[in-house]
This record gives sequence, C-alpha cells and structure tokens, in this order.
Amino acid sequence: MIHFGVLPHVLVLAPAAVTGRMISLSPVDLAIIVIYFVSVLGIGFYLKGYAKRGEDFFVAGREMTAWVAGLAFISANLGSLELLGWAGNAYQYGILAAHWYWVGAIPAMLFLALVMMPFYYICKTHSVPGYLQLRYGRATSGLSAITFAFMTILMSGVNMYAMAVVMQVILGWNIHFSIWVSSLTVGIYVAMGGLFSAIFNEVIQFFLIWLGALLIPILGLIEAGGWSGMVAKIHERFAGQDFTHLWGPMLHPSQNPMGVQWIAIVFGLGAVLSMGYWTTDFLLVQRVIAAKDIRSAKSAPIIGAFFKMAVPFIVILPGLLALAVLPYHLYPANVATAGQHTYDQVLPLMMARYLGPGLLGLGITALIAGFMSGMAGNISAFATVWTYDLYRPFIKKDATDQHYVAMGRWCTMIGLLVSIGAAYIVTHFGSLMDYVQALFSFFIAPLFGTVIIGMLWKRATKKAGFWGLLAGITTAITIFVLMRGHPERVAWFCFYAGAKSLAQQMWQALWAFIVVVVVSGVVTLVTKPRPEAELRGLVMGLTDIPSDAHLPLVKRPVFWAGVCFVVFLILQWIFR
Amino acid sequence: MSEERRMIPVWFFAGILIFIYGILIFASGLVEWSHPPATVLANLHAPVWWGAIMIVMGAMFIQLFRPKKAQK
Repeated sequence: MIHFGVLPHVLVLAPAAVTGRMISLSPVDLAIIVIYFVSVLGIGFYLKGYAKRGEDFFVAGREMTAWVAGLAFISANLGSLELLGWAGNAYQYGILAAHWYWVGAIPAMLFLALVMMPFYYICKTHSVPGYLQLRYGRATSGLSAITFAFMTILMSGVNMYAMAVVMQVILGWNIHFSIWVSSLTVGIYVAMGGLFSAIFNEVIQFFLIWLGALLIPILGLIEAGGWSGMVAKIHERFAGQDFTHLWGPMLHPSQNPMGVQWIAIVFGLGAVLSMGYWTTDFLLVQRVIAAKDIRSAKSAPIIGAFFKMAVPFIVILPGLLALAVLPYHLYPANVATAGQHTYDQVLPLMMARYLGPGLLGLGITALIAGFMSGMAGNISAFATVWTYDLYRPFIKKDATDQHYVAMGRWCTMIGLLVSIGAAYIVTHFGSLMDYVQALFSFFIAPLFGTVIIGMLWKRATKKAGFWGLLAGITTAITIFVLMRGHPERVAWFCFYAGAKSLAQQMWQALWAFIVVVVVSGVVTLVTKPRPEAELRGLVMGLTDIPSDAHLPLVKRPVFWAGVCFVVFLILQWIFR
Repeated sequence: MSEERRMIPVWFFAGILIFIYGILIFASGLVEWSHPPATVLANLHAPVWWGAIMIVMGAMFIQLFRPKKAQK
C-alpha cells in the first residue's frame, strides 16, 4: 500500500527507456521464487474449504489471534514500494525519513488500539464504511465506500505496474509477464480463500521481508565499521550535510532538505495524516476487525507498532549505509543520466552488493511477496467494500449469505482485471503516478476527522458526517490544485515557500482535518441529533467497553501500549 | 468455520517455507564456500550461517505448530 508520498522515483522512468538489468539470478534464486508462487497457490487451495460463509470470506471468521492480526496488520502496510521508496528517501533525506515510521505511525497505531478499535469491534462492522453507515447513515457510508473502492482498485493497478517496472529494472523481466503472472496468482488465491488467504500470505510475507532484508544492514554495518563508522564516512563524503539527526534540523524548514519544520511533522504528520491512514484505511483496519475477541483486536495494532518501530532498521538504515559505502552517488530520477543510478534503486543496489546466490533469491522473493500482498490486500478490501457497502445496501438487499460470498469471489476477479487495466493505463500515462499519491491523500485526513468525531461526540448528526466529509475532501483537492505548479502559493498553506511535496501533503491534511471539524460542528448545531438508543455501541459514552482491569498487568493491552510508547520516546532521544 | 476441521495455523506454513529456504540457502553457501561470489564481505559466508538460522527457525515453527490429532 502506498502512503505519504513514497512512490519510488524509478517509476518515473518509462519502461522503454530502461536497458539492461541490475541483478542476475542463479538457478537457486529462481527456485526460491518459484517455490513461493507454488506455496501461495497451495495455501489458497487449502483455505478454500474454510471460506464458505460471508463471515469467513470477508472477515476471516473473526478468529484471528492477536499475533496473526498484528503481523498481517503491519505487513499490509509494509509493501515493496514502501521498502524501495523509503530506502530511497533515506538516501535523499537521511534519518529524517524515519519520522514516517516513528512519529508518523506509532502514536496513531496506539490510538487505534486503545481508542478506536473498541468501537470498530463492538459494533461488529465489517469495514470502515460499514461503521460510517451505522453512525451516520448511508449517504456518508456510500461516499466513503465509493471513494475507497475506486482508490483501492487504482492502487492495486499502480502496485502491479510498479512491481512490473521494478522487476524489469532489477531483473530485466518482461513487464507483461510480471503483471499477468503475479496478478493472476493473487487473484486465484484471494478468490479461493478470501481474507484468510490474504492474511496468511501477509504473515508469510512478514517473515520473508525480515529474513530477506535484515542481512543488508547487518553486513552494511560490519563494512562501515558500526554506526559511528557509518556516520564518519557520511560526513567525509557529504561534508556540511546532516543525515543522522532526527529532530535537530527541524526548528526551521530551511535547516533540512525536506523543507519541513517540527510543527508539520508533529501535527500534520503525527496528529492528522498518520492518524487518518492508520485508523481509517480499511485495508489495515480489516485485518484487526478479523481478530477473535476485543482484547486481541486491541493488542494487534500494539504488536504491529513494536515491529513498525524496528522497520527503519531494514529500510532507513540501508539508505544511510549506502551514503557511506557506495562508491558512487545516486541521483533523482528526473536528473539521472545513462549509467547513473537513482535514489530508489538504493535497496536493490545494496542487495546486489552483499547478497550472493540464494540470499539474493530470498531478497527478490521478499520484494515480490511485498508487491503481491499489497495487491491481495487491495483486492480483498475492495471485494468486501463492494459487496457489503455498495452491492448489498444499494443493489441487492436481501440475498442469501452464499450469494454474497459468490459476489465476493466474482468481484475479486473482476476487480483484479480492472486493476490490470489500470496498470496498463499507467504504463501509457506515466505522469498519472504523480497524481495517484495525491488522490489517496485527499481522502484519508477527512475520513479520519469524520470517523473520530463520530466515535467521540454523540451529538454529531448524520448530515454533519456527510457534509463534513465532503467539505474535507473538497478542501484537500482545492489546496492541492492551488499549490500544484504554483510555488508562490505553497507559502499560503505551508508557511514556507520551500516546502517540498511531503511537507505540502502534511499541511494539506491538517487544513482538511480542520475544515472537517469546523463544518461537522456547525452542521451538527443546526441539525437534529439522533436518539441515543440508535448510537449504542458506536460512540463514546454510549458503549459498554469491556474493562481489562481484572487481568494481570502484563495481559492488558494498555500496559504494552505504554511500553511501546516509552520505547518510541527513547528512540526519539537516541537519534535526536 | 467448522469445528471438526481445525485450520492448520499460519505459523506451520511459514515454518515449512522458512525451513525449505534455509536448506537451499545453506546448501548454496556450502557449494560456493571455496569460490565465493563477487560480493562485499563474501568471506563471511553469510549464506551458511543465515541458512542455518533459517533451518533452525523453520524447524522450531514446524514442531511447535504442527497439526495435532483431534482429541476425543
């Protein structure tokens, strides 16, 4: 899944412009890749027998343990575009990129676990639009479902295209081969096993990514002479630039290459953009809704948060190590010439540097698994939202459970074919990629505002939910259009003319969120509230949330959330 | 989900895959021991010890999460 502007610049290259390959695979590497494809199909066949009811196909029977839900939750986010893109961002911006893994994720994940998850779980919704339907009614839910369904299919197509381009650049594989083989494999195992298949493969992907990528920072630190050796080498090669401080250069935008200051990081990224993504992106929330009980549902994001904090070790650190050890420089994709490498090629370059036969196959398989899990997650989320939030409420209300499961399987394949179509459109209109990331960002902050107001304020009315969401989306789009291509307007919204696209996104999200709050508040005050009896199980103050007080301290999710937050603060201090 | 058919846990599948990959990588490391590839730090023979770690990890997962016979 793409988020927060992580689209790798390698995708700017049209496939026809790419010649040669970066890596050659040996027979054992190919065997490892083939075994992966056979395994995921085999697991899909096995799980088909367990995905016969709607509850099984769409929400995995709500039987996942905290660990399975937690690892699937974090894997749904840890796609290969993320790995490639953020390693490239780390090469470009240094350790500042780690903000997107720490302040831009951990508080939001803990907030989801402790505050929002009880409402999602207790109301027994199957999706985020499903919660909106219960809380605000069909208009809000429909708006959210349509935008989500559109975005998720588009993202799936983008993932397919991105994977095909990356495999062509790294391995020299034909783009059509990559698109069709990977997407058909995903389509088959998701159509067979539904969310069970998607989750099982995400858990496997989690292990593959760690086992495939962890050796790079280990060997890189050995080569560089440890952390201090790496920092010394970076200073030597890039004199006068600070790549290894997280908060020091954040007092003013002019002090860091991102053009961002701490206010935008803490409030724009930490409080709004990351909250919007981690708490309302259905692809993630679906994994936690599938947990077997409320304690598991609360624990899953906390387990994910611990691993999320460790991800910079395999994503950001390789980018930093590349600054120290690569004998050549990397360049932005739009300035790199023939023979030069781009920022987003840093991870495959480091893989080729350290990994020989076997290990290389494992690393490539981890990347492929990441792409395919991203596609599977998008497709399974699309099938659920289409079937339960659009087809059932608006088209065919009273069909049998078996009918909806059949619809789920069919729209998995249809959604996949539409995604393939989107992938081919993107191959011809490469500049579309510039807009895909922006499209995604239009919806997540307003959606978060709408959901959180609905969960915490019982007075918020149905009309407030709809008009607040619409106003927020409109605001985000308007700000984007106004700033696009007009650098002089950037300062209107970001208070600094040199703010880069990542910083602009944060400010855009913050403004959209503020508009949602204001509009929702005003509309609420002039419209009639819903009876409290209709809001039971949906809003704070009207929901009986089971207490964990009777449990030993180490079994309470809030205890582990506290431990996680302390570790997060320690990391901020160590790398300040 | 039917109670009569308990689902094999995902950890078991993960264990099998990690075990198989560990064997392939370990064997590859042994084969190239005297002629390591032209990668940096090839003298550390990472495939051997990383493959061994994966074999142990996979075996543990298989043992801990193998399907148990239904108790009557």
